[in-house]
Amino acid sequence: MTTKPENDVVARFARRHRLHAMEALPWLLIVVGFFLFPDYLALGAQILATTLFGLSVDLVLGYAGIVTLGHAAFFGVGAYTAGYLAAHGMGAPIIGLIAATAMAGAVGLLSGLIILRAQGLSILMLTLVVCVMLQEAANKATSITGGADGLQGMQVSPVLGLFRFDLYGKTAYWYAAIVLFLGWVVARTLVHSPFGRSLTGIRENVARMHAIGTPVFGRLLTIYTISAAMAGAAGALIADTTGLVALNAISVDFSGLILVMVIFGGVGRLYGAFVGVPLYMIAQDRFSQIDPTYWYFWIGLLLVVVVLFARGGVLGLIDMVWQRVQRRRKR
Amino acid sequence: MTELALETRALCKNFGALAVANEINFGLAVGARHALIGPNGAGKTSFVNLVTGALAPSSGHVLLDGHDVTRLSQAHRVKRGLARTFQINQLFRGLTVLENVTLAITERHGFAGDFLRPAGRRRAVIEEAYALLERLGIADEALRPVKELAYGRQRLVEIAVALGLDPKVLLLDEPAAGVPSGEAGTIIDVIEQLGADIALLIIEHDMDLVFRLARRITVLVQGAILVEGTPQEIGADPRVREVYLGERVHHR
Repeated sequence: MTTKPENDVVARFARRHRLHAMEALPWLLIVVGFFLFPDYLALGAQILATTLFGLSVDLVLGYAGIVTLGHAAFFGVGAYTAGYLAAHGMGAPIIGLIAATAMAGAVGLLSGLIILRAQGLSILMLTLVVCVMLQEAANKATSITGGADGLQGMQVSPVLGLFRFDLYGKTAYWYAAIVLFLGWVVARTLVHSPFGRSLTGIRENVARMHAIGTPVFGRLLTIYTISAAMAGAAGALIADTTGLVALNAISVDFSGLILVMVIFGGVGRLYGAFVGVPLYMIAQDRFSQIDPTYWYFWIGLLLVVVVLFARGGVLGLIDMVWQRVQRRRKR
Repeated sequence: MTELALETRALCKNFGALAVANEINFGLAVGARHALIGPNGAGKTSFVNLVTGALAPSSGHVLLDGHDVTRLSQAHRVKRGLARTFQINQLFRGLTVLENVTLAITERHGFAGDFLRPAGRRRAVIEEAYALLERLGIADEALRPVKELAYGRQRLVEIAVALGLDPKVLLLDEPAAGVPSGEAGTIIDVIEQLGADIALLIIEHDMDLVFRLARRITVLVQGAILVEGTPQEIGADPRVREVYLGERVHHR
């Protein structure tokens, strides 16, 4: 009996969740970045927080296949929750973070109960509607949110009572990096679990998932809630590290932008946000300094190139090149 | 009276004035090899959708193993041992063959909602999936994405996913549809070798396949059962010939 080859196949399949050496790269870069760019730590902290937001979008878009144009709703709910607490004497970042996560998760659960009964483009429209409605609510509820002027009077205390947010953004950088790391651990655990695998099944073919006995709605609602909570955590990070919350945090614009960043990096790969968000934000920062008038044009051009020549985003492109090299080596 | 794995009682489904199922009383015996035939638009696939719960009936009942499941969701009927394949492949095209089957088996074992332990640690599930692929002769493509497979082999994956559910009742909706005639034999072989504990209902156009596999045949016309009998009886029935006007019904 030849048991060798099939064991090999099963073993390869069973190994997929193991950590790959390359997965250390983002964390290495984050540490190195701290020392290499001491003048850019504030931007760095924003990039890290936005990456967490992008990761939450990848969970619903890349894995579960839910196309959303309203994820900033949850980001905004998180930002306003943390901001509101900080403006009312509860400026401990960890408390703000936990409250924001819970609040955004709750809003995700409630809106998901309605949205996820729809399919395809209807879902897209409904996510957009939820975002617009929440933004308008925030605009009108001036006593809580400060309306169009933004939230006033945030007093953020030191992290754990020990690390004060400094002008250089050192604390903000590390704080954002640690929260991003926790979010990554959660996301990575999820996508390699049977639950996460079943989400890819839903993305690939909902009809068949029903036919193999999957409670599709429950699965989608679960990931939508988790993702919303994660987006809320990202919102709290931005609020506490910048000390600002304004209406644009909850906008459809921002929802679309984060989608663009994640697609730019590559969806459904867990690391799309880690590539797309920094590249986009750094490009934005650079272009706007080199060419203050037309910088948006250059960003647009970059995106057109990606969409035309690298459908899988930057990571998809790297993957393709890598596979070609491998094939050539085999010959 | 033989025990019925699947039964429908006075099953009706109307879309406006159109009746796609009209008072269908149907019984599938335990371990049956049964075929459902009928001309295009007879309501065969609608019948499958009504049985699986993808469509809700206008009236009537569906029973699995003697229990009324009319009000149960698709997912709950699957848990009670009802599985199906599709006339047009419904596969997870971007995922590997092994993953396609693993998804079904994981769902059957009931831990597909687990979000902590990595799927790869459930070694027994993966081995079970692989063994199933070996049985169907597609193990050599286990790690290839389904969309890269030839259509005939995709049809086998279609069956493998359903078998991963370890069904008591299996509905095969035109299992050999779209497969080059040279490869249809492999699919028929696979179906012939299915365990005797599985009650099979094959929805089919291809009469060769029907007469080779089925021990009983039900003919559906305009949403209603025209006649049911052994292949010999059906082959000799003048009404069936009339319905198939032009389409030759041959039998051995």
